[in-house]
Amino acid sequence: MKQQLEKIEASAKEELSSCSEIKALEALRIKYLGKKGELTAILKQMGGLTAEERPVIGQLANKVRADIEEALAEKLSSLKANQQQAKIAAESIDITLPGKHCGLGKLHPLSIVENEVKDIFMGMGFDIADGPEVDYDYYVFEALNLPPDHPARDTQDTFYISDKVLLRTQTSSVQVHVMETQKPPIRIISPGRVYRSDAVDATHSPLFHQIEGLVVDKGIKMSDLKGTLEMLMKKLYGNDCKIRLRPHHFPFTEPSCEVDVMCFNCGGKGCSMCKGEGYIELLGAGMVHPKVLEGCGIDSTVYSGFAFGLGLERIVMRRYGISDMRLLYENDLRFLNQF
Amino acid sequence: MNLSMKWLSDYVDADMPVLDYCHAMTLSGSKVEAYETEGQNISNVVVGKILEKKQHENADALFVCLVDIGKDAPVQIVTNAKNVQPNDLVPVALDGAVLPEGKIKKCKMRGVESFGMFCGLDTLGLSLHDFPYADKDGVFVIKEECSVGQDIHSAIGLDDTSVEFEITSNRPDCLSVIGLARETAATFNTKLSVPAPSFKGIDGNIADYLQVDIKNTDLCRHYCAGVVKNVKIEPSPRWMRERLRASGVRPINNFVDITNYVMLEYGQPMHAFDLRFVEGNHINVRNAVNGEKIVTLDGVERTLTDQMLVIADAAKPVAVAGIMGGEYSGIMEDTDTVVFESAYFTPVQVRRTSKKLGLRSDASARYEKGVDPLISMTCLERAFQLVEQLGAGKVIRTVIDRDYSDKTPASVEFSADWINNFLGTDIPEKDMIEYLERLEFKVENGRVYAPSFRIDIECKADIAEEVARIYGYNNIPSTEFRGVAKAELTKEQKFAKKIQNTMAALGAYEIATYSFVSPRYFDKIKLPADSRLRKAVTITNPLGEDTSIMRTTTIPSMLETLAFNYNSRNEFACLFEIGKEYIITDGKELPDEPQRLTVGMYGDNFDFFTLKGIIDELLSEMGIFGTDYVRTSDSNAFDEKSALHPGRSAVILKDGSPIGIIGEIHPDVQEIYGISKKIYIAKLLVPEMMNCAVSEITFSPLPKFPATTRDLSVICDDSLPVAAIEKAITSAVGKILEKVTLFDVYKGQQIEGGKKSVSYSISMRSHDGTLTDEQADLAMKKVLKALAAIGAELRA
Repeated sequence: MKQQLEKIEASAKEELSSCSEIKALEALRIKYLGKKGELTAILKQMGGLTAEERPVIGQLANKVRADIEEALAEKLSSLKANQQQAKIAAESIDITLPGKHCGLGKLHPLSIVENEVKDIFMGMGFDIADGPEVDYDYYVFEALNLPPDHPARDTQDTFYISDKVLLRTQTSSVQVHVMETQKPPIRIISPGRVYRSDAVDATHSPLFHQIEGLVVDKGIKMSDLKGTLEMLMKKLYGNDCKIRLRPHHFPFTEPSCEVDVMCFNCGGKGCSMCKGEGYIELLGAGMVHPKVLEGCGIDSTVYSGFAFGLGLERIVMRRYGISDMRLLYENDLRFLNQF
Repeated sequence: MNLSMKWLSDYVDADMPVLDYCHAMTLSGSKVEAYETEGQNISNVVVGKILEKKQHENADALFVCLVDIGKDAPVQIVTNAKNVQPNDLVPVALDGAVLPEGKIKKCKMRGVESFGMFCGLDTLGLSLHDFPYADKDGVFVIKEECSVGQDIHSAIGLDDTSVEFEITSNRPDCLSVIGLARETAATFNTKLSVPAPSFKGIDGNIADYLQVDIKNTDLCRHYCAGVVKNVKIEPSPRWMRERLRASGVRPINNFVDITNYVMLEYGQPMHAFDLRFVEGNHINVRNAVNGEKIVTLDGVERTLTDQMLVIADAAKPVAVAGIMGGEYSGIMEDTDTVVFESAYFTPVQVRRTSKKLGLRSDASARYEKGVDPLISMTCLERAFQLVEQLGAGKVIRTVIDRDYSDKTPASVEFSADWINNFLGTDIPEKDMIEYLERLEFKVENGRVYAPSFRIDIECKADIAEEVARIYGYNNIPSTEFRGVAKAELTKEQKFAKKIQNTMAALGAYEIATYSFVSPRYFDKIKLPADSRLRKAVTITNPLGEDTSIMRTTTIPSMLETLAFNYNSRNEFACLFEIGKEYIITDGKELPDEPQRLTVGMYGDNFDFFTLKGIIDELLSEMGIFGTDYVRTSDSNAFDEKSALHPGRSAVILKDGSPIGIIGEIHPDVQEIYGISKKIYIAKLLVPEMMNCAVSEITFSPLPKFPATTRDLSVICDDSLPVAAIEKAITSAVGKILEKVTLFDVYKGQQIEGGKKSVSYSISMRSHDGTLTDEQADLAMKKVLKALAAIGAELRA
């Protein structure tokens, strides 16, 4: 009987080793270990054994069963692994085929940069103010220290709706709206559309965007203006960016300045991009004129402030290397999908 | 303002590389736009002396000259010029010379070698105004002090540098050589020397020549006049012509040139006129009479009003004060006695008159910005000094001087502490005083006194600017200001930003279009003639019709952009814009400027439902649920529905109020825009959207019990909207309804004509326990009953 058992084990192992399918494996299990299987058949003969033999053979039979089961399990797992490997091999794809796009849209480059500037200023504690584009002469000129006979009005190329209503030529009008309705401390920027009667060409548009900034509080200094603008430029153009202030004149600020940024192309040496100057004009700024403060009911002996205005198109065009402003308003998809 | 560097050097030392000069001036507040050195496009041209002139042996029209160019041997030059003779000095462009028109090379002319070329005025980029004695068409025969072989630049004074400044409106004093010399001296901390002008004159009583009455001393604060007898009208000397030319002014004759010279030098407009035409030898400075007429120098008749100031003689106006002289007042060939006028007229008056007459001149441009009110007499003296220097006539020593000017200097409080606090600097007081004195301010007893030419000084901040610009703006430190700041977007701003981002996430590209449009756009979208939208904010001085009104609807802008993309051969487009409309409201001077979201698309894979899907996704993301779509024909909202296909467009309602419109473009409109693909467009009212948006999201617990789903197909009239079926199902199932999903609409075979089959999947769930079959069956029974009531029968 012992020999029979050993024979069964040997034959089972042999059959297993040549087995290559999971289904055949199950058949083998039934053949050897099933209720009608070979091992069961042997065990059924145990009754004919002597009392001494029985435990010995019993033990052996159990070992044979365990061995076969183990071999079966081992074979099963190896067959499964092979099968999985074959499946994976068959599933290989050309990973260089194009992806399936879900069709994401994009923001207009003017919005992208405007949002960026807004985020920079919000990080510095500036709120965003809005104001009307069709406005009274008073807000666009008069309250900004540009009385009706002021010579600087000539340079503004204003679109008029009536004698006292016009399309704002500058977002500075929002300064007045804000100061009339808000008490200091004031810290706002105001992005928006402005209008000037310039014929359309590569660098002019009768409609363009400005971002106005205004800070009014006790003890605001010109050095604060400089610090704020420096921060803006560093965030827009990187920490190496250098700015320069040039005295200028705006009726609504005193002192006034224009702010240039060092030419990115030549690093200040002078090149064709900056017309040999080494710097590129970016924005106008200054300390809010006491007359403007007073006109808005703010005591200029207690409060001071600074204001600035930058042209969005100029920043956008420089950022992306766009040389023709008209592209921004034509909205050709081949242009829009580049940003 | 173009500044001649040679002229500048009369008053201040600015001997340095021109680039350094420009840079420093720009940083101290006088912005240099550009600079140009004269004759830079000319090289290797020298003064030559003609030694011999012979007829060319092979050409009748050519001559062969031997020319001394200051070298050991003379050179041979072939020319066609008839106006040159031996001993003439002429400009010779030598072999390799550069001229404005190109390079000169030695060559053979009809077999005779020519080593260069003689130059005419135009070859050198000059004109008769520069050298009136020259032959217009021939070679320029030089009659200047120069030597043979001398470089042409120095020989004829073609070596000045002209610097172009951008002068801001607050600094009219810098529109003059002396003004810029002052700024130069202050910038470089060097000495300024402007000698006081003086003239000798001849004996005579001015009263014998001229009477002057100032009737309006408010508008004419100072009037100086004098007379020059025995005048000789001739070209000015070369130095004067050169300076005028470098300043961008054309030389004319000695008297006109003197007035221009003084104006450029001091910034004071001067007027010179012929005494013959001053009737009664009497000058009245008075307001014009309403309707009074004058023909100005430009030949145009002008009608005056009593708000305008004129210079009149006994009978008639001879000049519009500070703007332009009358027809016959100019200097003529036979003029014998000249009156020089130097006066101060108030800026606002000149500006208003100039604007009203539509007449501007160099003089009015200066007066309206404001000239130095105390300089009239100095300038008259300077003019007479020049008359004598040029030997142009005899000046009567006595002059007219009617002075009503206010001589009190503008002054403001001076506090170094205040200035340092304002600028954020730490400049010692003595330095500040030194800067101010360099700029000709005086500091005394705690006040700063401005010089008379600084008409822009009004407040402490003005003084701070003066200190700052000399100290150097770039020496001001950079600081961060203090204070608690909490920045937050407003509800409206957050809402708009979310729309922007959601639309991009939904696959739309953002566009930016002009806010002003053409009134013809209304017709392009077939807007009814009586539509409210045709009442637009209109620009009185537009660039053109295309940009003449502020848009009252954003839809045409979108259509134009779609058409542009179509014509650019972009196969499909899905675009959006968040922009304003400008709506006139009764009783208000300013229009409302509400924000609109406009979405537009065309392309083979798009249809009405693509756009509707985008809008529904957006609305749901924005917290707007339960909207209804009604046919545009059933709503009064949106006049722009005229642009849409009536059977393929809808007004979007929320709780009965319109929040938007959507649809396919009307075939007629599509044709007008020339797009052969179907266009879909939607406009949503952003403020209205915001008002009905749910901003708070409340979490619903996840279900504990399984859902039961039943599918259902019904047949109904094709005209029955599926929204009605859905509504019937929703109310019939009641509380246990989880979701009703349309999965098929079928028309065609097996379905009777005019009918459609609509299939739904209805998902039901209870939160109290698993639904039994009986419960689900009961609900479906109710559904069938409700559907039968609206004419939808279960499909067999």
